[in-house]
Amino acid sequence: MNPEKGLDPAVYERLPRPGERPEGELDELNRIWAAPTGIAKLTAVNNNYVGVWYVATAFLFFILAGVLALAMRAQLALPLQGILPQETYNQFFTMHGTIMMFLFAVPIMEALGVLLLPQMLAARDLPFPRLSAYAFWAYFVGGLCFFASLFFGLAPNGGWFMYPPLTSTTYSPGINADFWLLGIGFIEISAIAGAIEIIVGVLRTRAPGMSLREMPIFAWGMLVFAGMIVIAFPAVILGTLLLELERALNWPFFDPTRGGDPALWQHLFWFFGHPEVYIIFLPASALVSMMLPALARTRLVGHNLIVLAFLATGFISFGVWSHHMFATGMPALSVGFFSAASMAVSVPAGIQVFSWIATFACGKPVFNTPTLFVIGGLVTFVIGGLTGVMVALVPFDWQVHDTHFIVAHLHYVLIGGAVFPLFAVFYYWMGMTSRRALSERMGKWIFWLMFLGMQVIFLPMHLTGLMGMPRRVYTYMPGRDFEITNMISTIGAFIFATGVLLFVIELARNFRFTVEDDAGNVYKGGTLEWLPTGLYSTRSIPLVRSRYPLWDDPNICKDVEEGRYFLPNAPTGHRETLITSPIRATPEYIQIMPGPSLWPFLSAIFTAGFFVIMTVQAYGVAVFSGVLAILCVLRWMWDTDRPVAVEHVDIGAGIALPTYVTGSRTHGWWAMIILLIVIGMIFLMAVFSYLYLYGIPPEFWIKPADRRWLFPIVALYALAALLAWLGRHVLTRKRVSTWAPSALLLWGMVAAAAAFVIDFVTWRTTRITGETSGQGAIVHALLALQGCLVAILALMGGFLAARTARALVTKPRNNTFDLITLFTLYLAGQGAASALLTRLVPGGL
Amino acid sequence: MWPLISTRSAVGDALGGWPPPVLDPAGPYANPLATLSWVLFGGAGLVFLVVLAALWIALFGTAARKEKLGGTRAIWIGGVAFPVVVLSVLLVWGLSMTGSLTAPIRGDEMRVKVTGEMWWWRIAYLGADGGAVLHDANELHIPVGRPVVLELESADVIHNFWVPRLSGKLDMIPGRTNIMRIQADAPGVFGGQCAEYCGGPHALMGFVVVAHHSEDFARLMTARRANIRPPAPAHPDLARGAQLFGSAGCAACHRVAGTGANGAAGPDLSYVGSRQTLGAGILPNNRGTLMGWIGNSQAIKPGNRMPPYSMLSSDDLRALAVYLEAQR
Repeated sequence: MNPEKGLDPAVYERLPRPGERPEGELDELNRIWAAPTGIAKLTAVNNNYVGVWYVATAFLFFILAGVLALAMRAQLALPLQGILPQETYNQFFTMHGTIMMFLFAVPIMEALGVLLLPQMLAARDLPFPRLSAYAFWAYFVGGLCFFASLFFGLAPNGGWFMYPPLTSTTYSPGINADFWLLGIGFIEISAIAGAIEIIVGVLRTRAPGMSLREMPIFAWGMLVFAGMIVIAFPAVILGTLLLELERALNWPFFDPTRGGDPALWQHLFWFFGHPEVYIIFLPASALVSMMLPALARTRLVGHNLIVLAFLATGFISFGVWSHHMFATGMPALSVGFFSAASMAVSVPAGIQVFSWIATFACGKPVFNTPTLFVIGGLVTFVIGGLTGVMVALVPFDWQVHDTHFIVAHLHYVLIGGAVFPLFAVFYYWMGMTSRRALSERMGKWIFWLMFLGMQVIFLPMHLTGLMGMPRRVYTYMPGRDFEITNMISTIGAFIFATGVLLFVIELARNFRFTVEDDAGNVYKGGTLEWLPTGLYSTRSIPLVRSRYPLWDDPNICKDVEEGRYFLPNAPTGHRETLITSPIRATPEYIQIMPGPSLWPFLSAIFTAGFFVIMTVQAYGVAVFSGVLAILCVLRWMWDTDRPVAVEHVDIGAGIALPTYVTGSRTHGWWAMIILLIVIGMIFLMAVFSYLYLYGIPPEFWIKPADRRWLFPIVALYALAALLAWLGRHVLTRKRVSTWAPSALLLWGMVAAAAAFVIDFVTWRTTRITGETSGQGAIVHALLALQGCLVAILALMGGFLAARTARALVTKPRNNTFDLITLFTLYLAGQGAASALLTRLVPGGL
Repeated sequence: MWPLISTRSAVGDALGGWPPPVLDPAGPYANPLATLSWVLFGGAGLVFLVVLAALWIALFGTAARKEKLGGTRAIWIGGVAFPVVVLSVLLVWGLSMTGSLTAPIRGDEMRVKVTGEMWWWRIAYLGADGGAVLHDANELHIPVGRPVVLELESADVIHNFWVPRLSGKLDMIPGRTNIMRIQADAPGVFGGQCAEYCGGPHALMGFVVVAHHSEDFARLMTARRANIRPPAPAHPDLARGAQLFGSAGCAACHRVAGTGANGAAGPDLSYVGSRQTLGAGILPNNRGTLMGWIGNSQAIKPGNRMPPYSMLSSDDLRALAVYLEAQR
């Protein structure tokens, strides 16, 4: 069947089906989807639980980083104060930035995706619930340990941008910098895990009939958000890896005296760091566009333009990273390019602002708390956008760069663009997870305190910057006229904090977590997340006919609850959801979903443990924790990919769907492809670093390892790819033994490993080591990357062999086999490319 | 003590934040930036008012006005057409300004190499052949009305050289030389500061630029290059200070031209007595601050590379201060 043919028009006639559903179906759903109780609740994977924990943890980090900011504002209220000594202040501002960016802003957007997306798409859950749970727990444990470094004076102190050489061992000999580099490690892992989950979830688990045109705007925002994470995070993953290698093994990537370059870090960091701002802004603005129709009582004006704006923002944001480097003495041509791109990115922002204004104009806005936060956010964001245009002008940036003017600018953008919208979100969607709604009266107090506090802090701060006060200073000298504006900013900080404190009190007063008897649709939204739900999400999965189904079909809630749409029961007896086609959302198959499990939880604990223990240099224990993490992941994987007895089930309206499918249309295949794109981006960033260092001082570059070895290396990688492909081909043949396909694939892995060993050994025989020069360092980094992939491949080989022995590799097709084949093919390609690059590119020498 | 007070107020004026130095330029490399700033502030204010007005109409306007605003036409005009036109104009202006401010100039200007160190500034005036002819620290002297080319380098981590009244800022990156141009149109003292976070006491890494009339400047340079010093007032402690400078270990890190003191790790002290500031642009320069700095600079600028000299008595400190005051 052509999966994108769309639904048969007759289906629209048939649904909702009249009549009563059989007794007991609902009890069955409740039994299957029940969350564990007591301490075992920690193993729950339902998005209603994990999503709320995730949002709560991110909010906790917002409070913690906010407390750091308050302390810093107290210190700067007057010149030469001793509230925070120099070293403490330097740790505080580093942690404030790092936590706000890595532990609050990105995670809370992913958390809201986990919490809201399945409901908005009317899926029973995201496609990889255990992956969400894993991402959450790694973040929770790792994040708290990372924060705790402050209490021991071991917190990083090199700024959230961690520029070497200040952060290299020469100038930062302590383990503070390692806390940052390794601490960010688990955040990167959970961000990538979340992005994969969100992309596959948005594209493959939408309710039938919800084509891209009917898809809620938040899903669009999250799709672009996750896509940007996939492209941007690899740069910082590679960057942190290189800097940690420089610190631990003395490989001079960033040391100009040995053929490295400190500017390489800045390129890698900002290639991630600026898109990061839009990574935060896009989901928040998408949430505004999602709430606005309900708040203004009308449909969103310019829906398509906003989608275009998301795509444009995602695209342009990768061309602006160097505007953080205008003051580094870049060549004029590239300055021009980055300046133009930085301005261009304000056009999609303008589109969104005017769409919101037009929507207000079309409707009859109700001035409740979320509306106030949306309006306050809009006004604040516009100011930040205008100063953003100013700093995109290079000559102006030369003056205000790294002053308090920038501090003011970025807080206007982030508080207006993300924090105020988030508070609107807290009010608007509180009814989904809480028995009681939040108080409107208190909400208005909170809004005005936060809004006025924000302006009082940051409006005068522009002037502080123009008066010459740089950023990241723990104090300033008396008699420099900064006292007045600094004191005003500090007073504003305490006003803002009072608002946040009231909100926390309000949460304590009115937030009562629940999954079933929630306060509901307080603000009268028209989208699917307001369908009546239980633990199993919606009783039946509706057929979607418009962008605002609840407004357009007054009976939809009742029909859904009575089970008159798709999948009103659990035909396989397991947790299940519908997988639909990516464009027109035609039902394709039933996904059997995993339930609660201890293994993702333990894997996450040991993953976070690995990174944290590594930091304190207890390498033995760290490796032990890492091995445990791997074992837990393998154990977790072991239960997956099991076909169920029922091959086809009727989901209603005469549509029968398979319960086990393989190949390129499965959600697992999609996830693997996205993961390979991430790994490919890391490799691409390493290639960029290689070429960048090659372009620095050529006198550091020597002849590469013998080129004659290229032939066996490339030939072996080609053989590996061929054997893998052959193995998958043989799997479909009826008359072969169980072991034949697996054996072919395993031999392919051996060939790939042999190719890597030859590559590695022939480099070892040259006189160049990782410590010798920039060339040695980056060549060894490429080898290390490939080595990691080979190690993962070995694990996969063992896993495949074990599954083959237990006859779990089903014929004629098997998802585990497919995914390992994909990984092997990719690895062979990267290995060959890496060997060719390192041996052929210094050819001009 | 009058000179002392006047020195302090001169430094106060130079380093003070009012009027905001970014908007109070004193030379051709800063003037266009101030003009640009005013245009940007005015334009942004105007745009902000327009957006506010639109929002006001959307929320509280009459039905007829709201209807005009409530459609995709408003988005195309306000969100696309208007920014594209304004931004294009700004971009062209900004880039042409970038070009003219970084354009190479004649090539026979005075050149000075400024090296950022943790947490002070090493200054070397360069001769025609590019070699250093005069060393100093934390205070840069320039002639009025002539462009001066600065070769910015770093000895350790990334620093950033910023004198807002004379120019925008530029990074000092290890392994590179960045070129910056400054020029002052009238004599005066201009405050500067490191603007790239460089660890520890980054907050306390300032300096001053002193612009002189050409004749005064020429006289100063000639005298210093020939090591001709203004006569020091006789003081009983002078000789003991000189002796202590060697015996207490100062000379291991500091240089005083024309004496045996040749240390290169710390700031050159040959002209420290004439400097406007101490501790890299943070304290007024007088006997008291000199004594305090030598005795325990860690209390003033925690983390700086100079150890406290608590074993020196206050008499010793005074003698050293008297000696250093004479280095002009």
